[in-house]
Amino acid sequence: MDLTELENIVTKEAADRKPCEIRCCIAAGCLSANSNDVLSTLRTAVEDSGMADRVNVVGVGCMRLCSQGPLVGVDIDGPLYCRVTTDNASSIVATLNGGQGEAETFEREDPFFAKQTSLILKNCGCIDPERIESYIATGGYRALHQALFELAPSDVIETVTRSGLRGRGGAGYPTGVKWATVAKNSGERRFVVCNADEGDPGAFMNRSVLESDPHRVLEGMAIAGFAIGANQGYIYVRGEYTLAIERLNKAIKQAGRMGLLGTGVFSSPFDFRIDVRIGAGAFVCGEETALMASIMGQRGTPTPRPPYPAEHGLWGMPTLLNNVETFANVPDIIRNGAEWFAEIGTPQSTGTKVFCLTGNVVHNGLVEVPLGTPLRTIVEEIGGGVPNGGQIKAVQTGGPSGGCIPQEHLDSPVDYESLGKIGSIMGSGGMIVMDDQTDMVDVARYFMEFCMDESCGKCIPCRAGTVQMKQLLSRIVDGSANRADLERLEKLCDMVSRTSLCGLGQTAPNPTVSTLRYFRDEYESRLIDSTTAKANSNGATCQ
Amino acid sequence: MVNQQTSKQTAGHPSGDKRFKLLEVAMKRHQYRHDALIEVLHKAQELFGYLEDDLLYFVSKRLKLPPSRVYGVATFYHFFTLKPKGRHSCVVCTGTACFVKGADELLECVRDEIGISPGETTGDGGVSLLTARCIGACGNAPVVVYDEEIVGHQTNEDIRSQVKGWTIGSDGA
Ligand SMILES: Cc1cc2nc3c(=O)[nH]c(=O)nc-3n(C[C@H](O)[C@H](O)[C@H](O)COP(=O)(O)O)c2cc1C
Ligand code: SF4
Ligand code: FES
Ligand code: FES
Repeated sequence: MDLTELENIVTKEAADRKPCEIRCCIAAGCLSANSNDVLSTLRTAVEDSGMADRVNVVGVGCMRLCSQGPLVGVDIDGPLYCRVTTDNASSIVATLNGGQGEAETFEREDPFFAKQTSLILKNCGCIDPERIESYIATGGYRALHQALFELAPSDVIETVTRSGLRGRGGAGYPTGVKWATVAKNSGERRFVVCNADEGDPGAFMNRSVLESDPHRVLEGMAIAGFAIGANQGYIYVRGEYTLAIERLNKAIKQAGRMGLLGTGVFSSPFDFRIDVRIGAGAFVCGEETALMASIMGQRGTPTPRPPYPAEHGLWGMPTLLNNVETFANVPDIIRNGAEWFAEIGTPQSTGTKVFCLTGNVVHNGLVEVPLGTPLRTIVEEIGGGVPNGGQIKAVQTGGPSGGCIPQEHLDSPVDYESLGKIGSIMGSGGMIVMDDQTDMVDVARYFMEFCMDESCGKCIPCRAGTVQMKQLLSRIVDGSANRADLERLEKLCDMVSRTSLCGLGQTAPNPTVSTLRYFRDEYESRLIDSTTAKANSNGATCQ
Repeated sequence: MVNQQTSKQTAGHPSGDKRFKLLEVAMKRHQYRHDALIEVLHKAQELFGYLEDDLLYFVSKRLKLPPSRVYGVATFYHFFTLKPKGRHSCVVCTGTACFVKGADELLECVRDEIGISPGETTGDGGVSLLTARCIGACGNAPVVVYDEEIVGHQTNEDIRSQVKGWTIGSDGA
């Protein structure tokens, strides 16, 4: 494969394109609303109407508005139909011949779409994820070619550093700095690892990218491999993500066949192999040292850092570990330049971030916005606020390691620093809207129970502490705790976060601490020795 | 990298069960490497449905790993199950989005209707109740997976009638 051949594919794709394309979302959300049957109905309708030569029906990845699925779109800018059923699907095909569409439509100008900025999700819901040509037609693998033939590895690292890209897995560590560290550590071999464990319950951004645009991640990893001098990459995917695994394997095979992965990438001296490793359902395996243990076939228990993976990772070799979305940003940064990327977002938090907006909000789904966008814009304008005129009480970000942001802080910008200041974290992108009916103590209990179940048990503060804290929280929810219990809970929160070995234990108290900070009265009013106890203790689990 | 060379002949299992042969092929493809243990267990569970002691012992012998290591890994990960599953399975998502929309009540309904808690199977082996942490369909929360089929917007009545339907007059089909 060389540049001319790559260009030929682009030309051929454009020539082969049928005048009209009907896209039906077959990602998890829409599948749960029966989109597979809608897809077959559409196919049959096109066949029956004799339009097969000019209309193409494709199953695509998430089109973002998951709560109103199944979604069907006609071309990129044609009508977008929602809640399509097998009964009205054929009417969509009929509209192409001047018929009347019976399915509900969703305006593409709605703030839900209009206020988003697409970089990562640009191809999601547009290209056919099972055909590499479809990705190449959008300019895919050009960045890899550019890196290999026009740049030195150090230039690539320098570009990533200047772009200001920070890790999208949660902590926001500067990506370029991480790459430079791995590159300068010596070892017989080096490895690139993509963290696609996505354990945060209520978040599926990574999965959507893998299912809808897998080559973007592969290209990002290959560029990283070239930059740090690695010949082997692993993608560690959550076992539950069967479709993503299938598509990744297919994508890797296709790229290998075209000489874009494997031995001699683009016929250059650079070899890069990527293998998929399937997780087996342990949240802690998202933590980097646990993840590497799991890739090596062991129990996924974290180990103390240092040594960091950058010096002592897989099989003791320097290892670069980044999140799916981090890698997905790389091809565009190389193609469009560091300055282009750095212009998006804020000076400290550049680029965009994909969020998974769910809970008590009108439009549930995937949202991509520049970093620094106010939380209010995301939940009220894009998300459409709470259904039926309800009030937002809090927005939870960062999953079990994050916190609840109360309504009064809705105007704060969503970036790494600002969220930290108000007691939450950016996290991997879960964003759950809670309305005024939500019981915040019960929410804290829910997350603590999650951490208790997922604690690997290696260190005592986390293993025993989460059990104790969960019990205390349950008692507060039931109305059988007293003031001393609440004090004990606060002490434990402090102790567990200071003394646990890995991030799971260190951040397990966060949801509790943040709800205590903003919703303390909900805790206090339930204590048996509180003056207002009687009024509230009965309605303990107001859902 | 650990690279364990093992005797070349494919031994299979004394029972003559063909599935052991298939498992052997998978192990061979991984060159009996110790670090392929999780892949091998995935394959074993895919073939047998669950990992019983005899099967774990077989894997430990073939990969030349101590049984404690194999057992340790199999029990660490939620995905591996050491007990047989029911003929039907009901997986209730308990991820945050589903929790906010009442997943706990759905579990309560199943308990009330057929008397099992998460992780349990009815006495006749008809239905297993499981939980999952987010299946990626949060937009349609609460979500339940009935026999591999993901269904969104579940109500208490929906789940009750589904599991009741499985238990009455069930021959498992
Ligand atoms: C308990 C725990 C779970 C984690 N889960 C994930 C995860 O699912 N996905 C992820 O990318 N990072 C996760 N992380 C963060 C990773 O350890 C690591 O920091 C990250 O993948 C680095 O990539 P980045 O620099 O691109 O963000 C988790 C960390 C902890 C402590
Ligand atoms: S903090 Fe928790 S999860 Fe992390 S090593 Fe300790 S016990 Fe395991
Ligand atoms: S799953 Fe179909 S739009 Fe998200
Ligand atoms: S939380 Fe239930 S599907 Fe995501």
